[in-house]
Amino acid sequence: MALPAVTGLVLFAALPFTMAIGLSLFNVRLDSFRPPDFMALEQYRRILVSPEFSGDFYRALGNNVLFAAVIVPVQTVAALALALLLNRPLRGMPVFRTFFFMPVVFPMALIATVWRLFFDPGPDGILNAVLGAASFGLFSPHDWLGEAGTAMPSIMLLSLWQGVGFQMVILLAGLQGIPDQLYEAAEVDGAGRWQRFRAVTLPGLRNTLVFVALVTTILSFRLFDQVYILTRGGPDGATSTVMHLAVTTAFAESNVSRAASMTVVLFVVVLGLTLLQRRLVTQEREIS
Amino acid sequence: MTVLADRPTAPARVRPPHRRPARRRRAFLRRALDHFLMGAVTLVFASPILYMFVGSLKPDDQVLDGLGGFVPSNLSLDNYADVFATFDDPSTGYFLDFLGTSVIVTGVVVLAGLAVNSMAAYALARLRWRGRDAVLILVLALVVLPFEAIAVPLFYLLNDFRNTLAVQSVPLIANAFSVFLFYSFFLKIPKEIEEAGRMDGAGPLRIFVRIIVPMSKPVFATVAILSFLTQWGMFLWPVLMVSDPAVRPLPLAISVYQGQPPFQWGDIMAFGVMMVLPMLVVFLVFQRWFVQSVASTGLKG
Repeated sequence: MALPAVTGLVLFAALPFTMAIGLSLFNVRLDSFRPPDFMALEQYRRILVSPEFSGDFYRALGNNVLFAAVIVPVQTVAALALALLLNRPLRGMPVFRTFFFMPVVFPMALIATVWRLFFDPGPDGILNAVLGAASFGLFSPHDWLGEAGTAMPSIMLLSLWQGVGFQMVILLAGLQGIPDQLYEAAEVDGAGRWQRFRAVTLPGLRNTLVFVALVTTILSFRLFDQVYILTRGGPDGATSTVMHLAVTTAFAESNVSRAASMTVVLFVVVLGLTLLQRRLVTQEREIS
Repeated sequence: MTVLADRPTAPARVRPPHRRPARRRRAFLRRALDHFLMGAVTLVFASPILYMFVGSLKPDDQVLDGLGGFVPSNLSLDNYADVFATFDDPSTGYFLDFLGTSVIVTGVVVLAGLAVNSMAAYALARLRWRGRDAVLILVLALVVLPFEAIAVPLFYLLNDFRNTLAVQSVPLIANAFSVFLFYSFFLKIPKEIEEAGRMDGAGPLRIFVRIIVPMSKPVFATVAILSFLTQWGMFLWPVLMVSDPAVRPLPLAISVYQGQPPFQWGDIMAFGVMMVLPMLVVFLVFQRWFVQSVASTGLKG
């Protein structure tokens, strides 16, 4: 009974992963008929040390780190705020929850396309129009995706908008798992709203928050769709990411081996983060 | 009445009457403020979607119009007709082909995935066989493997099958995370439940189909929704494997369309609406299940 799935997993996951390591040790090109040379760790030396390729790679990796460093705290706090807003008795809550969650179900390719109009450089771009109206015309139109300083923040904003509902729902489930008696006991002890939040909500949500933050970190290292559609890594590498660089290297430069070495490094980072999450969560279980 | 009279403390608990309206007004203001706040946040989430719907009904040159883009004017369904007129030969592809590709690929991956992954999980959770522990370790190890890490070798490996429906679906059917979700659900089913079936002489497949599947609807729904969401929006894999418009899925098709000047924004928005409408209907009908599915991914951590 396990045969079909196991065959699939071996053929399309385990084997390609082993191949990724194998490919990264050779010099395989899509457009070449020469038998590939064994190059040992040369591909890794190139992307990690050589001045010719490492600049691009570190730029991409740095962008992933920057993206995670901003999006993880901001999105987690925003999701927590939304979850707290939704976790109160107020009429129409299911409707609000549906709206907050809706972007999660939209394909990123579609969202990026619609947001292109929001970031349009002309005075008719929504963001420019809103800022223009808010400043009574003092604000002059800005090329959000076309300038190095604002391209990545724009990608972050769109990603936050799309992803926050996902975290919000997980945190909401976590909030509802905190027993009411704890709040009642805290209230009897004379704890105010803020004290109840610090003494009951935050400890009760600890595991969920760790989970949510690390999943977001992992996802942020896989950033690709919105970059590919909106900026193609530009301007001048400002929004390049490891995955985008790997795809262009494999696809546009036909250099499968160098791309494979990049994805292996990406995997090591993601694996490290996953293990870190396991540790943080089990630690908490041991303490409690 | 007499009860009240018997309790001397009762009158002290009653608040002075003149403070009541103020309290009630404060509660009312608070609720109004809450609703205002929720409305404002809803607007932030809904506005791009609203913009797309309004834009899809406006002439191309009036879509990108600052805040005016939100104002419905000169509405017509021309853009929808334009999408079918634009995609009207093999070099551009046909809109219905894009939709068909997405429906077929998603349908195959979701349905075959439910069958294959649940059976594997059942065998891992409930049956004893040689090599089970090794397979379990393999599955658990693959859960942490992101698709991105294998995309490049898979692209190299399957290069001969480019531009097919098969290459877009078959490699994605078996999914370690789905197996894991089924596995953790099946583990919790009490042993006694299968025994009745075994007494009647039913084999494992029969027990699985007749007894286990009917009582596992929640996990089937969760896996179905999560794989549907992933598959309908799948982008990286088609970018690598598909160049032929005849087998382009919707996300790839819109990314190609929106990248080619001259930009006919009304048409592009109409394309977007038609792309998301089936999904939006499914979402609104099964909204509760969507939310629960996503929430349940977080509880596994």
